[in-house]
Amino acid sequence: MSRLSERPDGAVVGEALPHESATLHVTGLALYTDDLVARTRDCLHAWPVQAPHAHARVTGLRVEPALNEPGVVRVLTAADVPGVNDAGIKEDEPLFPTEVMFHGHAVCWVLAETLEAARRGAERVEVDYRPLPSVVDLRGAIAADSFQGAQPTVQRGDVGAGLARSTHVFGGEIEFAGQEHFYLETHCSLAHVDEAGQVFVQSSTQHPSETQQIVAHVLGLRSHEVTVQCLRMGGGFGGKEMQPHGLAAIAALGATLTGRPVRLRLNRTQDLTMTGKRHGFHASWRVGFDDDGLLQALEATLTSDGGWSLDLSEPVLARALCHVDNAYWVPDIRLTGRIARTHKTSQTAFRGFGGPQGMLVLEDILGRCAPRLGLDPAELRRRNFYVDGQATPYGQPVRHAERLATAWEQVHATGDLAARQEEVARFNADHPHRKRGLAVTPVKFGISFNLTAFNQAGALVHVYKDGSVLINHGGTEMGQGLHTKMLQVAATTLGVPLDTVRLAPTRTDKVPNTSATAASSGADLNGGAVKDACEQIRGRLTEAAAGALGVPPGEVWIRDGVVGAGGTDRTLTWAELVHAVYFARVQLFAAGYYRTEGLHWDSTAMRGSPFKYFAYGVAAAEVEVDGFTGGYRTRRVDIVHDVGDSLSPLVDLGQIEGGFVQGAGWLTLEDLRWDTGDGEGTGRLATQSASTYKLPSFSEMPEVFNVALLERAHEDGAVYGSKAVGEPPLMLAFSVREALRAAVAAFGPPGTSVDLGCPSTPEAVYWAVVAARSHRPEETPRSGPTGADGTRPDEPPPPDPDAPARLPESELAPHLLGGPRADVGEGR
Amino acid sequence: MRPPVRADVGVDGQESRMTTAQEIAEGQPGSATVNGRARGLAGITSHTTALDWLRGLGLTGAKEGCAEGECGACSVLVARPAIAATGESGAAQATGGTEWVALNACLLPAAGLDGQEVVTAEGLAGGGSAPERLHPVQRELADRGGSQCGYCTPGFVCSMAAEYYRPGRADGSAEAGDPEAGDPEAGDHEAERGATEQGPNGFDLHALGGNLCRCTGYRPIRDAAYALGTPAAGDPLAERRDRPPPAVPATRVSPAPSGSARSSGSTGGGYLRPGSLAEALEILAEHPEATVLAGSTDLGVEVNLRGARPAYLLAVDRLPELRGLAAAGEQIRLGAALSLTEVERLLARRVPLLDDLFWQFGSRLVRNAATLGGNLGTGSPIGDAPPALLALDASLVLASWRDGGVVERVVDLADYFTGYRTTRREPGELITEVVIPLPLAGLTAFHKIAKRRYDDISSVAVGFALDVHGGEVRRARIGLGGVAATPVRARATEEALTGRPWDDRTVAAAAERLAEEGTPLDDHRASARYRAAMLGESLRKLYAEHPDPALPDGALA
Repeated sequence: MSRLSERPDGAVVGEALPHESATLHVTGLALYTDDLVARTRDCLHAWPVQAPHAHARVTGLRVEPALNEPGVVRVLTAADVPGVNDAGIKEDEPLFPTEVMFHGHAVCWVLAETLEAARRGAERVEVDYRPLPSVVDLRGAIAADSFQGAQPTVQRGDVGAGLARSTHVFGGEIEFAGQEHFYLETHCSLAHVDEAGQVFVQSSTQHPSETQQIVAHVLGLRSHEVTVQCLRMGGGFGGKEMQPHGLAAIAALGATLTGRPVRLRLNRTQDLTMTGKRHGFHASWRVGFDDDGLLQALEATLTSDGGWSLDLSEPVLARALCHVDNAYWVPDIRLTGRIARTHKTSQTAFRGFGGPQGMLVLEDILGRCAPRLGLDPAELRRRNFYVDGQATPYGQPVRHAERLATAWEQVHATGDLAARQEEVARFNADHPHRKRGLAVTPVKFGISFNLTAFNQAGALVHVYKDGSVLINHGGTEMGQGLHTKMLQVAATTLGVPLDTVRLAPTRTDKVPNTSATAASSGADLNGGAVKDACEQIRGRLTEAAAGALGVPPGEVWIRDGVVGAGGTDRTLTWAELVHAVYFARVQLFAAGYYRTEGLHWDSTAMRGSPFKYFAYGVAAAEVEVDGFTGGYRTRRVDIVHDVGDSLSPLVDLGQIEGGFVQGAGWLTLEDLRWDTGDGEGTGRLATQSASTYKLPSFSEMPEVFNVALLERAHEDGAVYGSKAVGEPPLMLAFSVREALRAAVAAFGPPGTSVDLGCPSTPEAVYWAVVAARSHRPEETPRSGPTGADGTRPDEPPPPDPDAPARLPESELAPHLLGGPRADVGEGR
Repeated sequence: MRPPVRADVGVDGQESRMTTAQEIAEGQPGSATVNGRARGLAGITSHTTALDWLRGLGLTGAKEGCAEGECGACSVLVARPAIAATGESGAAQATGGTEWVALNACLLPAAGLDGQEVVTAEGLAGGGSAPERLHPVQRELADRGGSQCGYCTPGFVCSMAAEYYRPGRADGSAEAGDPEAGDPEAGDHEAERGATEQGPNGFDLHALGGNLCRCTGYRPIRDAAYALGTPAAGDPLAERRDRPPPAVPATRVSPAPSGSARSSGSTGGGYLRPGSLAEALEILAEHPEATVLAGSTDLGVEVNLRGARPAYLLAVDRLPELRGLAAAGEQIRLGAALSLTEVERLLARRVPLLDDLFWQFGSRLVRNAATLGGNLGTGSPIGDAPPALLALDASLVLASWRDGGVVERVVDLADYFTGYRTTRREPGELITEVVIPLPLAGLTAFHKIAKRRYDDISSVAVGFALDVHGGEVRRARIGLGGVAATPVRARATEEALTGRPWDDRTVAAAAERLAEEGTPLDDHRASARYRAAMLGESLRKLYAEHPDPALPDGALA
């Protein structure tokens, strides 16, 4: 057991505690960025002028009519930018564009005394557009060779030889949709100019440091002149990793130009039409199995729909390629990735960060091929699990692969799957119009930012003379319970009761150069840093206590706020010790730092060990489908998930359940639609409100929902033996889609292979039922597996040799150091 | 059509303060009681939402998540008159007490709060967050992991508190719910539904159907709801239920003073709440351009999302004459301004087709505000009430002011819709009642096809009302929504059923006919092909579930 992972007796970590802000949440007293507006005097409100074209040149912009609107104070345009007119990290996202790149792109912003006046002012801004040709769907982009960024390949062995030795070869395609984050709190920033011209921005951001850097960059300031604070977010899910920066910069620009606080809050429609989403993907593939159903080879080309700019598309694609394998050993494999450029919002991070998209490709393949192989899908999956000693296609050994099997067996046992499969079969035999399906799927998800440099974090811990403790760390709270865990880590490390410790909001002037709170890494990284700071303080206190108690330091213990030592009955309270230590002139605060050891990644070769460990999980889902409508219900879900030794079980349970339902939403319900016609509205997001974009409600909650944390799951490489939990459970929801596939298959003759649209909405399920009943592949462009009869499916397309290469990290770092924006992120 | 029978009026039990339009015009909005404290409404415009007004007061617990009544993050509690069905006719009568109703504050005009009592999440805990002062709803949510990011939580708290205080909740009287929540093929629908969507404490999960949470996956919120007990002695909100509801004053809010080009001049406009039907009609005769406002669940969306700023809003939702309900003789008469929730409760499952409709109509938060008059008044082709009411052969009473008096006329709903969002309602006319003839058909159903089971907009909706006697279809009425520019009757299908045996052959032929009704479109909700298919499937499903129909117990024959 490592020093990092070992837990002391009486640890506060591991206790099942409610969210640290729970009482503030339920009483409505928890403050979010926009709640500050009612508490801020003389605030101006910002409203965008959004372009009604998917692609157009701005040929004229007249703001005077808006200025004549009562209440309008100023219209912000490119001419106002003192620094660099760019909000991205790739210098491809002009903040005030002259070329409109998507329908709804903001060309300028109106500031007014009221939101109503700003809205009216925006209606009166006159913009001339010259429409340009646009590409608004992924297939269209592929056909038009419209790509951006690097086209990496993950490769091992000889895929041609693997396919040649396979006794069953299938090929096919899948196209699946992205997902809107739909954090309940839309993007919001509130900026004002502080004393001595310093800019203070409160922002709903997962990445305060990068928000700070972009704001500074746009304003032509240095980072130490800009402070960003995030009180908390009303949900982030990746949507506030990159997207807040430009919006914060607009607010900050307005504040510097007017001298008044500026509030920029997107309403829901603006948020939906302006900010990035999960990438939808297209994949074409060939797969080979032997007679036992063991995977021999997989060749696939994944194309993501990146939208108009790169944003985080490259690292999302990298993670997708690193997760196609999911839990399965594929000896010969070649996976190529491409990013389409389309005239849509710039797609971005979303819980799982490409991992879910990569995994979906192979899970879909297995679901479609199992009947062709004459195997039960669960059996096919189980046979192909990694075992210890095997490595991923990019070369990382799969440590603790046996946990997959353990979780799998536990779900089978506690979920009573064998008996329930029989029950499902009986039900299906008795019911011509309703069919049930039960499916079980695994998850293996790599933890750490792919890009090694981001795997570092800082913390600042203060112990005040009265013994109270205040902690700051670089992570942000978006509901995931990070702050709850950090309080537990601090209390554990210091040996004090939880209520001794308070946590201050995340601010860039407390902890600098932080990484995004993303990649599920918040607790691992910041927990390491908080623990480090607390250990420094505890070390000093232990020395002092040893002196006071007359024992060697090794004998001193601090537990639950009491300080004692072996060999003496004398004890001190924590507060007494702290008080004494202050007068002994000992430093009672510390900066903590943590970096994840043992990572390496070559992003050009797409090889290395980028992940500290893998998180594992298994889910079984049972659904019932109405054959008349394709409507369905999730009857029961059983999950066993690996969170290591949980830091905070109630928090982790919430992450697992919530991630699962969010994943089920992506796969079965949430349905982003753009106008892909040739008319004037081309490129317009058709689902731009809560009434048209439906996320899971109570009706999608599994009726029976059993979640267990995998036992004996200590992780040596992370703080107090825990594992990250934010993203991996989302992918447990593949079980729902596979259960739908099983239920649909039951409408057809035995052995029916079901090609199911994704998202698998009632309509998609209905058409699959129609196809299953007539026992033919569904009539959609998503062709089913072919080639079992001996015809060889088409080879997936190779990468474009002219695509730019991604720099390996070793070259990237000096490159960054030399640039003007040295510390702006390069993706992850 | 017989001349209309007057429905019972004045159900709300408060003294009706008679005013003239002139008096109202000179009035100013007063104040509302928020969390026990009077808060002035001065400064609001006719388009200020209750949510913005509350947040402007610093009560920022209620949040804007969607601004269209879909997410419930803005849910607050409003004191409303408790009404109950009485006597043989089931006429609506005020109980004299008060009910705590959860409403979407983002849709509610602040002007509508004049004289009203509001409680927010802050108020439930007495303004602090001390653990010992948490409301039971807050305590359960906090302890059980019911909040993660916390942004939706105050709204959940209020929706949950309304259900906590719902009269009869603890004796297990359920609201109308989804009969398919259980397993309809397994037997007892009601028991199954109760087992899955109603807690052991009588908590109806549909009370939270209009609240969205993106973090938790809902399970801990459900567990919190099902763990609630009954209000303790001395619970101020529980005690408030025994006292009369706040009176509804006549209210006038002037148009926005900010010089908007859209706001009207000094001759009128703004928000006006008259005290009587006669007054309302008189104003409407003078200002036929006025936008009639009931629950504001449609107009609120237009204002918030599409920038609509109607110059003149005429609030009719509390007019006593529009809030009666009675089953008298050969008709059921439903007041046009009763909320859907009120209609649902007052009918108490006596109209099975409407019972099928209610739980699928918006969400509880929407049904607490939305009215039948509003749903028919907007003339939307995808409103959910029209297909059901068409199948019930309903008609509307339209009233107007002529020659110094109220004039009424009756229009069959089947003739009412004339085009996309256009109807036979003339300027100056108001829908006052919906009339459903008795006896009801024996075999009825409402099929709503949508992506999401709770609170979605229909891709298509089908209302069925068939009389099947001795194995033969004697009469068929089928209403359709979402397949044309207006709600329509499926007349060709009705013809294909009438006079024929209720059997496989008839149903197969009629289902094919039904699939060809209307002219469904492709859009983001569904393809035209799916919509057409769903029409045919709805009849096949009806037949599969009722091959041998009998009249349901308790229905009004």
